[in-house]
Amino acid sequence: MTGRHLEAAGAELPAIGGQPAGGVRVTRSRRSVIWVGVVAVALVAVLGYLPYIVFSSTTNLLVQFFLLLTMASMWNLLAGYAGLVSVGQQAFIGLGAYSVVILASHGTSPFTAIPVATAAGGAIGLPVWWLVSRLRSGYFAITMWVIASVCELIIIQVSSLGGGTGIALQGLNLSPTLLTAYTYWTALAVTVVVIAVIYVLLRSRLGLVLTAIRDDETGARSNGARVRSVQRLVFIVAAAGCSAAGALYAISQQFIVPSAAFSVSFSAEMIFITIIGGIGTIEGPFVGTIVFFVLQQTLSQDGAWYWIVLGIVAMAVAIWAPRGLWGLVTERLDIRLFPVGYWLWPAGQTARRRG
Amino acid sequence: MTAANSAAGASQGGPLLEVRDLSVHHGQLQALHGVNLSMPPGATHAMIGANGAGKSTLLRTIAGLHKPTSGAILLDGQDVSRLRPERRVLAGVALVPEGRRLFPSLTVQENLLVGTTSRRPGPWNLDRIYDLFSWMADRRGQRAAQLSGGEQQAVAIGRALAANPRLLLLDELSLGLAPVVVRRIYGLLPQLAEAGVTVLLVEQDVSQALAVASHVHCLLEGRITLDGAPAELTPGQIESAYFGIGANGKGLRSEQPILGTGPQAAGEAPGARA
Amino acid sequence: MIWVNAIIQGIMVGGLYALFACGLSLLFGVMKVINLAHGDLAVVAAYLALGVIAITHVPAVWSFVLVVPIFAAIGYALQRTLLQAALNRGVLTTLLVTFGLSVVIENGLQQFFTANSHSLNIGSLVSDSFSIGSQITIAFLDLTILVLAVVVLLGLQYILSVSKNGRRIRAVADDREAAQLSGIDYRHVFGIAAAIAFGTVALAGLAFGMYTQFDPTIGTDQLLLYAFEAVVIGGLGSLWGTLVGGILLGVAQQIGAQYHAADQILAGQLLFLIILVLRPQGITRRRETA
Repeated sequence: MTGRHLEAAGAELPAIGGQPAGGVRVTRSRRSVIWVGVVAVALVAVLGYLPYIVFSSTTNLLVQFFLLLTMASMWNLLAGYAGLVSVGQQAFIGLGAYSVVILASHGTSPFTAIPVATAAGGAIGLPVWWLVSRLRSGYFAITMWVIASVCELIIIQVSSLGGGTGIALQGLNLSPTLLTAYTYWTALAVTVVVIAVIYVLLRSRLGLVLTAIRDDETGARSNGARVRSVQRLVFIVAAAGCSAAGALYAISQQFIVPSAAFSVSFSAEMIFITIIGGIGTIEGPFVGTIVFFVLQQTLSQDGAWYWIVLGIVAMAVAIWAPRGLWGLVTERLDIRLFPVGYWLWPAGQTARRRG
Repeated sequence: MTAANSAAGASQGGPLLEVRDLSVHHGQLQALHGVNLSMPPGATHAMIGANGAGKSTLLRTIAGLHKPTSGAILLDGQDVSRLRPERRVLAGVALVPEGRRLFPSLTVQENLLVGTTSRRPGPWNLDRIYDLFSWMADRRGQRAAQLSGGEQQAVAIGRALAANPRLLLLDELSLGLAPVVVRRIYGLLPQLAEAGVTVLLVEQDVSQALAVASHVHCLLEGRITLDGAPAELTPGQIESAYFGIGANGKGLRSEQPILGTGPQAAGEAPGARA
Repeated sequence: MIWVNAIIQGIMVGGLYALFACGLSLLFGVMKVINLAHGDLAVVAAYLALGVIAITHVPAVWSFVLVVPIFAAIGYALQRTLLQAALNRGVLTTLLVTFGLSVVIENGLQQFFTANSHSLNIGSLVSDSFSIGSQITIAFLDLTILVLAVVVLLGLQYILSVSKNGRRIRAVADDREAAQLSGIDYRHVFGIAAAIAFGTVALAGLAFGMYTQFDPTIGTDQLLLYAFEAVVIGGLGSLWGTLVGGILLGVAQQIGAQYHAADQILAGQLLFLIILVLRPQGITRRRETA
């Protein structure tokens, strides 16, 4: 068991070298985290107020940002914590988008359709998991891709959903200003909920199992049944989360085409963002999305170059800085914005182990 | 043993294998603490110790599969500590790993042929290996996975011999084999010694180790606790070294390994002329 | 007789799929990683052929003589550098790096060759055909590709079973550490396996380019998935299995196409999913390997 494994298990250190272990204090977070929490709430409040003070072009941009952050966070949970590398999450994104389309065409407001689409995605996740759960990593990755492709091909066949040419989302009978504002707020809400769910999950006892898997899958596998059931839960959560993102995508695009809704470039975005930002940390996708966005704005003229640069950067980071940009930061500064571990305060000392 | 010495190609008359102050870590866990070992050419030494003492780690580090944290490994005076495993085979080290580790989808003959990859010159060609194990030639076309445990062990030894090693490392030969089979395999060792191969074997079965080796080392929690010839060691000494219980019943933190009156005793530092 | 034609068509395109698949299968067997850029490499080969033809004015049919060896060399080099660096980090990293490579290749091709479709012009050979009886037509090109695929697969099988390097590849695939202990530099063996895989995928890409149109995105849109499906359907570990898998995939697709033109790809994927559920080790393997 490595030290980090102990961290995950939150264990009290056994006596080493004959010294007594009594008088040790274990806490969940440092006091400084309270400040981070305050800042986070303030940030969300400011973001919520934005539609009143900025142009719709800015809020639309931020909707894209929130979409990417949501998707990347989900992929990070799946791959960085549960060890499931999927190159096919676009299956659920597309399914979420088309769920909204279907519900909207039956009279539901697209906004109220989002929770339903999310639930539907989670529900579909269960049989999909049954299909793929026993596959090894490479097989798992591509099979998810195949499944996304299958979903796309099936939807194309349904002419009432627009076939290959696409369909417009109905039920958005709002003035443009109101529409962009509602879309923005919904995106913000979805993102906040998703991040909160991830945070709560990782702080829970399930989170301990996930961190153990992240740190050493072989060791975690010795308790196979537990690993399996946690992975199944995470898979379903990710399916639901990606469906929510898909629903959001439908609302922001207003016109859905199968080849775009089920495009593997969603996976590319999720993967690159998470790798560059820092896989296996909650903060990583934040950093990655910011980097991605900056690159997108500076290189957006040339669609192809932007992907080429991103791809090269992601490969380089994966090989030479495998913990990503956020990993580099934490190695130097030992910060956690979203603390999920435990802090150990040995008796009478202020020195502490990383939590 | 002079004929054997020259056959083994000992160039300086110094030890064939020298392990100096070797420390190895598995992540944060230290598996070996400052291990010292010395073997003259042509000798057969045994390494005993309880499970997890670090015996396999030592052999694997000598073979190049683990990088030591500190210390050095010298083969016939040449520092091989930096060499990749396949280069050490080229230099004359061959490890028969724990659990045989044959290539299951390859035939017996193919397994042996893979052993010849390094193309080191020497007496061990396929014919001679087939002579060593009378049954093997008839089964040369059979897939390795279909052999019994004892047969696999024989092929694994043959594969290592095919590399014409100067130093042969044997890791837990007896594991999972019937005593009859074990004895038969160990019965081959004198032939290897006669051919000049230096052998370091790791063995759980202490009596077996004492029976075949001219010198015994014991590892406990990564430290050498015993280093001497079987004839000079009492069962009590061996037991203490193995379990780490000193004469007074307290824990044995072996800063001072038990030395027999063999070459390593009398306070000579390893690396001195054997 | 439409069905017979469909099945024959499926068998022939199945040979091409098997050619795509064998490189993927070899790399996975030896290195335990799925190369997600595999399909894109075939497309690069086709574009490379276009370039070679433009420069040397060699007839398209002979372009493979230059392209395949170049690709094999590229494969060795790429493996010893980028892919080995990723492998040293782990299987997960390698998967992600091959994915990154796939994206870079696709967009690079798009940058330099635009998104338009191209094809390797072999003149009238494309449509020359002969008939068996009154209702079965077989195109020469299709047949040639099938024969080529079988020959290549047999050759590969021979290399793996008999040659020294083939033996070393199988040894490393079985047990990398034991191979090191026997004196094998597994990085070099990986390089050779990659060279073989790149060579065969280049051949497959060229054949594909003669057979139909290609564009930068077709590597990931279709080819990678076809190769993978063929491997899974047929079963990992034997080239014979890859051939069977490719043919079954091709036949399934052609049968699907008979129902509905749009069902072609879907039919193949459904077969893939069915095999995955009912017989995950593939048609030709006896035991579970997952």
